[in-house]
Amino acid sequence: MNFLELKSVTKRFGGVLALSNVDFDLAQGEVHSLVGGNGSGKSTMIKIISGVVSPDPGSRIVIEGHAYSHLNSVQSSRLGIQVIYQDLSLFPNLTVAENIGIGFHRGGVRPVDWGAIRRAARGALEKLDVELDLDAPVSELSIASRQLVAICRAIVADAKLLIMDEPTASLTRHEVDALLALTLSLKAKGMTVLFVSHRFDEVLEIADRVTVVRDGVKLGTYEAKGMTERQLVTLMAGKSFDYETSERAIDRSRPILSVAGLSREGQYEDVRFDLYPGEILGLTGLLGAGRTELALSLFGMNTPDRGSIAIDGRPVTLTSNADAIGQGVAYVPEDRLSQSLVLNQSIGGNIILPVLDQLTGPLGLIVGSRRAELVRTWIADLAIKAPKPDDAVKTLSGGNQQRVVIAKWLATKPRILILDSPTVGVDFQGKDGIYTIVKDLAAKGLAVILISDEIPEVLYHCDRILIMRKGRLISEFAAHRSSEAELKEAVYA
Amino acid sequence: MLKAARGFRQSQEFWLVMVTATLVVVLSILRPNFLSLQNLLDLMSSYAYTGMLVLALFVVLIAGGIDISFAAVATAAQYAALTVANSYNIGWIGVTLIAAAIGLSLGLVNGFLVYALGLASIIVTIATQSIIFGLVLTITRGQDIFSLPEWFTRGVDWTFTVSPDGTEYAINLQMIALVASLVVTWLLLNRTNIGRQVYALGGNPDAARRIGFRVFGLNLFVYGYMGLVAGLASIVLAQYTQSVSPTALVGRELDVVAAAFLGGASVLGGAGSVLGAALGIALLAIIQNGLTLLGVSSYWSGFSTGVVIVVAVVAMARDARRRWRDSPGM
Repeated sequence: MNFLELKSVTKRFGGVLALSNVDFDLAQGEVHSLVGGNGSGKSTMIKIISGVVSPDPGSRIVIEGHAYSHLNSVQSSRLGIQVIYQDLSLFPNLTVAENIGIGFHRGGVRPVDWGAIRRAARGALEKLDVELDLDAPVSELSIASRQLVAICRAIVADAKLLIMDEPTASLTRHEVDALLALTLSLKAKGMTVLFVSHRFDEVLEIADRVTVVRDGVKLGTYEAKGMTERQLVTLMAGKSFDYETSERAIDRSRPILSVAGLSREGQYEDVRFDLYPGEILGLTGLLGAGRTELALSLFGMNTPDRGSIAIDGRPVTLTSNADAIGQGVAYVPEDRLSQSLVLNQSIGGNIILPVLDQLTGPLGLIVGSRRAELVRTWIADLAIKAPKPDDAVKTLSGGNQQRVVIAKWLATKPRILILDSPTVGVDFQGKDGIYTIVKDLAAKGLAVILISDEIPEVLYHCDRILIMRKGRLISEFAAHRSSEAELKEAVYA
Repeated sequence: MLKAARGFRQSQEFWLVMVTATLVVVLSILRPNFLSLQNLLDLMSSYAYTGMLVLALFVVLIAGGIDISFAAVATAAQYAALTVANSYNIGWIGVTLIAAAIGLSLGLVNGFLVYALGLASIIVTIATQSIIFGLVLTITRGQDIFSLPEWFTRGVDWTFTVSPDGTEYAINLQMIALVASLVVTWLLLNRTNIGRQVYALGGNPDAARRIGFRVFGLNLFVYGYMGLVAGLASIVLAQYTQSVSPTALVGRELDVVAAAFLGGASVLGGAGSVLGAALGIALLAIIQNGLTLLGVSSYWSGFSTGVVIVVAVVAMARDARRRWRDSPGM
């Protein structure tokens, strides 16, 4: 029996077709995964099911046998559909009990029934078999506990279908496992779950069936058993991403960057390496190995205690990032949201930030035409996909945001580009785009240091790989003569 | 129990109690008459208007808004109600009803505009403040009302105790109004569903909308309450000062705003308790009264108020910053 069916659901926003004639069903009591890239239409599907947007005429939504042309959010909630949004929609200033029982607060100046709220909260927690302090403010909980609060709230609201939108995006591995176990126990109690994620290992671990959407079209629904991650990626992106190591010709006669005996107490020790023009040098190791600290030192923001840095054969002292930028070093930090982008500003506004002084005219004011030309060039060069260059950066997908950051630093015309975990939170297509950009840049002679946690990333996209552990460089690999297994061994041994 | 005690020690209220207690101790050593019953009763009477407005503004701040127009609303309500009272024998009930009605309607207008225009409430209420005050000045030509009805100036006093030396201690309209505002605001915020919705709205407006709380209704409620209280407080004040001047209140809103933030409200909304608001009022009253008792020139009063507020807020901000909003995932 199906809890929910979508029948020929179509949705246009303005002239853009977001969903095209989608048929979809959710069996009672199954865990169903919905996967698709940015703009694939999966968010629109969720919004139609939860009643936030109405589909175009001709579409039908069937819930437990009753057909509707569209739903509103109150109706959807009453039919037992509860969405746990990525932001969780909790009230940080209220307690756990009140967040779970927030639905009891409907209705004007009637006195609050605190007893009912606490009973409901306790009941929901018992059902999930978890313990939380009912009186703790939600702002003091970990993300994982907050998620439990959100799930409890859905249970209190009599959820029959629980939709979880990217629930694991900010959880640790351990918390992810707990959440997956919890999801299965909800399923055992008869709950239908729609699980949206782009971590395919999780999807395949937990789901009974997987539906893949791309460009507003449903490609198909598949039994999760027997599916592989690679098949899912290929389906989702419409092409396969099988990377291979490569050996590129690099002129190793004269290093652009030479680091010798570089140390900083408690962070890294006796680091020595050379970097050549046109080379992509991978730097990997466990979290806390000192990679980011080293990168910051090369960018002038973390002065080393001992050792030397030479750029183009000349020794340099980098005591501020202005020094480093002056020497042609650019650094794209790991956390692009908080450290690289002014999210409310336009793409152009972000790109020009480090080169404002090059855009000024005789009066020291920014010349509009120069600004526009620079922005146009970079948007085209890095193929940043945005409806308009004036759009705020926060409206872009992760991959496009990362391109804006890279463009911003390339505008300083660097000779050495340090990328710290550039593909975190970027989907497969976005990653592929970034790799292509990096390789193109290297082919033009830029020296790149690529810091990453992901071994395949450094192996398939770098020429050489340095492995760092506890502040020391412990081994070096030539990519074309190494394998994932060897690198894993070196990192984790 | 232990946990609750630890929570309290980290709270804004705890810091306020500490600061207030320190000031009380210092002042009562320097000026023994500070802690006298008479001085405390006087303080309550003279801060009734400010206190009532702080409590009402607190409700708006918790909802995530702000209202700057309350002094203009109070002026309009006061002037209209007592002008009518001078011509017709409407009595206490009539005066109160007129002031309440004017305050409530102007507050509802604020609530409607904030929601309908979708603009920051500070901008909307600065605009309405200007409009209301401008109208009041135009209509009244800036003239004070010099004589008030005799029954009004006599006021309400219940003598509750007489000291051996013959001094009478009385409960008056101001004290009753202040205490009533405190009780009603506390009940509204903590014991009614709409009060909890106000907290929810301030804590996470998007989530409140998704849950299905009616944001428009909540806006009307908080700004309406602010206006209603401003109207009532204006009568309490007129009775205390025995005068009505269209220019006396506007421009002096910052005492109220300062006490509300001192009491633990946040510009981001969602934060603060009525206890905190009450302590904020007490602190403001004690600072200003203490300076007067110490014989400090009134010119210094504003300066010193500012300094104490900065010190108190800095001490509290450290905790607040840790606890509030910068927590990820909200």
